[in-house]
Amino acid sequence: MTFQEISESLQKKFGEAVLLVKADAAVDPFIVVAPQSICDIALFLRDDKAMQIDSLSCLSGVDRKGTLEVVYHLASMTLKHKLVLKVSVPTDRPEVPSIESVWKTANWHEREAYDLFGVMFTGHPDLRRILLPYDWEGYPLRKDYEVPEFYNGMRVPY
Amino acid sequence: MIETHHSQPATSRGTTLRTEEMIVNMGPQHPSTHGVLRLELVVDGEIVVDVIPHLGYLHRCFEKHAEQMSNYQQVVPYVDRMDYVSSMGNEFSYVVAAEKLLKIQVPERVEYIRVIMAELQRIASHQIAIGTYGIDIGAFTPFLLLFKDRERILDLFEEVCGARLLYNYFWIGGLSHDLPPGWVEKAKAFCEYLKPNIVELNGLLTYNKIFISRTANVGVLPKQVAINYACSGPMLRGSGVDWDLRRDDPYSVYHKIDWDVCVGRGEVGTVGDCWDRNIVRVHEMEQSLRIIEQALAQLPEGDVKAALPKRIMPVASEAYGRTEAPRGELGFYIISDGTGSPYRIKARGPSFVNLSVVTEISRGAMIADLVAILGSTDIVLGEVDR
Amino acid sequence: MDQFLQSIFGDSILTQLLLGVLPLVFVLVYALVTLYSEMKIAAHIQDRLAYMRTGWHGVLQPFADMLKLLQKEDIIPTAADKLLFILAPYVVFIGTYAAFAVLPFSSAYAGSSLDLGLFYIIAVSAVVVVGILMAGWASNNKWSLFGAIRSASQIISYEIPAALAVLAVVMITGTMNMNEITKFQAGGIQNWLIFGGPLPLGHKLFLLPVMIVLALIYYVCSMAEVNRTPFDIPEAESELVQGYNTEYTGMKFAIFYLAEYANLFVVSAIAVVLFFGGWSSPFGSFMSGPIWDLFWFTFKGMLLVFVNVWLRWTLPRLRVDQLMYVSWKVLVPFALVCVVLVGAIMVL
Repeated sequence: MTFQEISESLQKKFGEAVLLVKADAAVDPFIVVAPQSICDIALFLRDDKAMQIDSLSCLSGVDRKGTLEVVYHLASMTLKHKLVLKVSVPTDRPEVPSIESVWKTANWHEREAYDLFGVMFTGHPDLRRILLPYDWEGYPLRKDYEVPEFYNGMRVPY
Repeated sequence: MIETHHSQPATSRGTTLRTEEMIVNMGPQHPSTHGVLRLELVVDGEIVVDVIPHLGYLHRCFEKHAEQMSNYQQVVPYVDRMDYVSSMGNEFSYVVAAEKLLKIQVPERVEYIRVIMAELQRIASHQIAIGTYGIDIGAFTPFLLLFKDRERILDLFEEVCGARLLYNYFWIGGLSHDLPPGWVEKAKAFCEYLKPNIVELNGLLTYNKIFISRTANVGVLPKQVAINYACSGPMLRGSGVDWDLRRDDPYSVYHKIDWDVCVGRGEVGTVGDCWDRNIVRVHEMEQSLRIIEQALAQLPEGDVKAALPKRIMPVASEAYGRTEAPRGELGFYIISDGTGSPYRIKARGPSFVNLSVVTEISRGAMIADLVAILGSTDIVLGEVDR
Repeated sequence: MDQFLQSIFGDSILTQLLLGVLPLVFVLVYALVTLYSEMKIAAHIQDRLAYMRTGWHGVLQPFADMLKLLQKEDIIPTAADKLLFILAPYVVFIGTYAAFAVLPFSSAYAGSSLDLGLFYIIAVSAVVVVGILMAGWASNNKWSLFGAIRSASQIISYEIPAALAVLAVVMITGTMNMNEITKFQAGGIQNWLIFGGPLPLGHKLFLLPVMIVLALIYYVCSMAEVNRTPFDIPEAESELVQGYNTEYTGMKFAIFYLAEYANLFVVSAIAVVLFFGGWSSPFGSFMSGPIWDLFWFTFKGMLLVFVNVWLRWTLPRLRVDQLMYVSWKVLVPFALVCVVLVGAIMVL
């Protein structure tokens, strides 16, 4: 399926929830959807016969200064098409439903996005830090992140 | 006295004895966690009840560092250090993503040399994977025999770019150096040299009776689970999924070369067991030799650098490029904000994703099996933790 | 030998002490030689050279290793059970060394020519398990405990087929005295028990296959008893770090190693006595005599040690349950059948 077909069928099925279809992006076209319906969209993409998007390649958090984005790189192994989905949430209330129940691989990716960006994935079974120590404070990949002076009594900047 | 205890149905093990579970830390210092990984094991005697991985001991802030770079080229040395046993593979993936973002076409000679290097690196990486897997199972000798062959590959790399481990060889829009004179012949000679050694390896390790009994039917990863966990590389192909990015999402010049995707068939056990994952690596080494030989034969003459402006200024855009690294799908998601330096780079490492399925497939196994399972996933902690 | 010593020192306690210390000298020299040759053999199996810098082809390396271990800091973990922790390596070594008391090195020397020699060896080698359990428990380390428990279960299960193999030999020779068993096989290679012993031809032909199977069973068990690959699960470094001796350093660690190597020779020597004619020369009376006997005994023992080293550097490791399977479901039934067969053949 081409990007256009996918976006049309998503718009048909979810209407309002599809916020933006960026087909003329410079490199990879993408679709921005509403955070609260990401779970339903993901489930539809996985189980629909025409989509069969069985694989979540990558899930990334992005800090857009004021909003946090979660980007889903999806691919279908059977039909060999790809899709980029995005959701955008305000930094002060960064809540995105977890899609761990749709693609298990999202579990660690979401933990990583939580760890480094502070995106709260609601419904995630085990939302702990993954790369940083469990008692680390702050979200280092946010653009306004300040490196703390001390961590457990140790000087951080070297 | 009244009999108070209820008779419990005898289990298949024939025991109703309740034993206390024990928590054991496997790592961060442990010989077979392949680096600084900590697995918190809940064990009932020798049986693993649960595995809780704790990562991050080797977290080196790759993504944060990448954002601080003043241009895209400067990221390459950092990329090298992710999966430090297959640096060429990392560089390949990064330059594919960056060139996609910056819309650069590289000369054909560059593409061929990249393919040759990536495949040599795949062989070297699989040699480490199989060798250390042998150690995990208790066979020390194959490890050193494989390392001896790997040295020859590193010698080839050293001649090309001066480094043996972290190359900084693939540049955006080209390569750092052209091949030195006589290198092609040496590479051909190496291919001839390696072929009998793979046969020897099969006799020594892969088809060894004890090795089979330790790995067959152990840690079976079903096809659907593998796909749902987005496993990739030998891990996915070991489960019988015929999927290889080199063929199914073609990049570079792989489509001009004739080779096969190796899939696990459950030759000695169940499809998707540890042995299948291992044999996929062995066969991939053979296929890589095929690719290298063809690429060496087809290698065109020409320049090894695309004509690029001095400073590359992309438009504000984003690209996700992925390649088949030795361990699986290595992807880079690069966002540019229109300035010369990257706004955000996210690395999707195959080891990170493949490791996440270990918990799922090692419940109920024995401690020795867990070592076999972990070894067969072939993780490199530099890439898991980045 | 004892007469010779008595003639020099008289019938004093010193004589007895010297007699008892002789195997210790042997063990130390043997350990150095084996350490060196194991590393060299392993290296050549793996297509490399091993030590080349300390002396000619690195012959001084074992001494350097020993010197290094002597100088190392002796660490006792704070949480360890100190007394048991310190005692354990010595218990292991004593258990091993006690076995040397009855080994007939030559027609002229055996520490003690016990009539219950074989029985004694099987009994004292079980002391090693106690030491290993002590080490594992006292280290207060879960991996060590795993190693110790694995080791105990492994040694206990493999003693049974080994004892059955020994029993079959005793049934043929009618004695447990190791010197007598050796003398029973005197007269050349055709009289060794692995080839049926010096029995009438009919018996011999029937015994031959049974004895070969028994020798194999004994040898496999001996490998398991000394915890070496493919049966090295108690110290499987990829699973248990280093097993029961993970927490040991310096000389205590070295003593564990010494005990392991000594034990390796003990089990090989028992195999030599039981199946390969002990100290008797393979050529009958040619090349025999007390010194030649010592040579043959050591040579045969070292040959079996070499096979052990060879296997160690070639094979992967079994899993715990597979190890138990091999013992209880393969070796024990085979050994039992063999014992019955030997009995039947001897009665006929």
